[in-house]
Amino acid sequence: MSTDTLAKTDERIKSESLATKLMKRPELGAIGGVILVTIFFLITADRSMFTLSGIMNFMTPAAQLGILGIAAAMLMIGGEFDLSIGSMVAFAGMIFGVFTVNMGLPLILAIPLTIAFAAVLGAANGLIVIRTGLPSFIVTLAGLFVLRGASLVGLKIFTGGATQLRGVREAVASDFLTPIFSGDAFGFLFDWLAKAGVIDAFKSGAPKVPGVPVEIIWFILFALIATWVLLRTPFGNWIFATGGDALAAENSGVPVRRVKIMLFMLTATAAALVAIITVIDAGSTDARRGFMKEFEAIITAVIGGCLLTGGYGSAIGAFFGAILFGMVTIGLTYTRFDQDWFQVFLGAMLLIAVLFNNAIRKRVTGER
Amino acid sequence: MSHPIIHMENISKHFGNVIALNGVTFDVRPGECHCLLGDNGAGKSTFIKTMSGVHKPTGGSITFEGRPMSFDSPRDAMEAGIATVFQDLAMIPLMSVTRNFFMGREPTKGRGLFKRFDIDTANDITRAEMRRMGINLRSPEQAVGTLSGGERQTVAIARAVYFGAKVLILDEPTSALGVRQTSNVLATIDRVRSQGIGVVFISHNVRHALAVGDRFTVLNRGQTLGTATKGEITATELQDLMAGGQELAVLEGSLGGTV
Repeated sequence: MSTDTLAKTDERIKSESLATKLMKRPELGAIGGVILVTIFFLITADRSMFTLSGIMNFMTPAAQLGILGIAAAMLMIGGEFDLSIGSMVAFAGMIFGVFTVNMGLPLILAIPLTIAFAAVLGAANGLIVIRTGLPSFIVTLAGLFVLRGASLVGLKIFTGGATQLRGVREAVASDFLTPIFSGDAFGFLFDWLAKAGVIDAFKSGAPKVPGVPVEIIWFILFALIATWVLLRTPFGNWIFATGGDALAAENSGVPVRRVKIMLFMLTATAAALVAIITVIDAGSTDARRGFMKEFEAIITAVIGGCLLTGGYGSAIGAFFGAILFGMVTIGLTYTRFDQDWFQVFLGAMLLIAVLFNNAIRKRVTGER
Repeated sequence: MSHPIIHMENISKHFGNVIALNGVTFDVRPGECHCLLGDNGAGKSTFIKTMSGVHKPTGGSITFEGRPMSFDSPRDAMEAGIATVFQDLAMIPLMSVTRNFFMGREPTKGRGLFKRFDIDTANDITRAEMRRMGINLRSPEQAVGTLSGGERQTVAIARAVYFGAKVLILDEPTSALGVRQTSNVLATIDRVRSQGIGVVFISHNVRHALAVGDRFTVLNRGQTLGTATKGEITATELQDLMAGGQELAVLEGSLGGTV
């Protein structure tokens, strides 16, 4: 058999159209969902939803959830779950409150310490999962209760009996790092745009929207970096390989354990970042902070195209998944529908996303 | 005649009170295809795992490129140049051919924070290496899951060859393939051999072995029953050796010589 006959292009394989290629992208579902939901609200919602202030209104919760969702997506691509992220937000919030209020540390110390604390707990999660070989689902479910309970007990200890720790805003008000973690960015640009009459302004001349909430900036940056890591670095390839088939990855020289532990550390630190941003914003922290966020983050990741079995997904998908989530949560208040339809919407979206992802996976692998 | 790349002398391996290997002698020379034949349970898997560093032999000696050698891990064996393509192929169906090809050994460009996976180079190399093995990929970015069994086998072989294998161990590469796929893989083995790599071809299919093999070693109940060179032995003789002698001859008679 000569090389020439073998190397000929197989006549049974048609070249792919652009549409077919697009159909195989994991983020397609989430982007399509955002378009559909936008059309839905353009028809049903008050026009103010799509003004600048309306957009900031739904992008802020989307950003807070999205930071968790992107981290959860990366961990899911790596083949594991973390159900403790919601409780981790409460726990890291408490730690951060104690550092800033009780101990009076400046942010330049309080923030790295809080992040480091969370990272250690994340690494512990990862180590337990790897050492025992138990499903991460059950290990982090334990974490969900342990951390939630520890936050409650800890808050009582540090406040002398209350379940809320106040005074964070006062403690960090004059800190030079505060503007990076709280408030609005690009204020000067919005002032200028208001003066130029491009965006709505109050009679005083101040813009109605003072700037972009910093969490949105964090969210966009995180999505870009995560996408770059996943698609353009060796570590990204290791994440896909680890989630796709840990044994095959291990045999090919991928440091599977290290990858998994780092991903657990990532979800924990993402939770800590959200805790820091929301605690400074609210000025206090309580034990219910981050409640149910673990499930919302996983839903975000799944809507974003992640397979529950690992090895497939995208950070951009989770980015749009979070926006979809934010739009539905906030958007319903702009319509005449009862806001409690929100959960029905959410469940339906999750189910559709899972069915859709399953179909996509079959397309990608050419399964029938 | 060239010296063997790896020579395994009188290897034995015990698992507790089970004697899996009991005196196996085997060697591979550069540019030859040495077939290791044996029925199920003959010890083929244990033997290749010993050769690829997964198991440490209980007794016997391994000589690699003229020096005594003891592998502590599959990693050691891999670095020395012994690549094994196991039946599961270590391929991830949802990942692209390129990403599978370079899994764990990604080429990078840039430095520091901007050090990144050089996808373009990786795609080019994958396409070129696959073409060398006689497969024209539609796109190196297509998922491995869309390839046929034989093509996946070829990706695994091409990967091992590209990363500098001196000895390539193939664990039953043709056992799950159709007729055409099998001949493609056998042709690939021939290509690899002609590059001066020593191929160890494990099979229990005598026909496939005779099609590409230069030498044949039969393993039965943990022992080698000797090595034959191409042309010295017929398919029937090999078949009988694998089955351990008499029984098959009788059975074959009753089946009218179709086995």
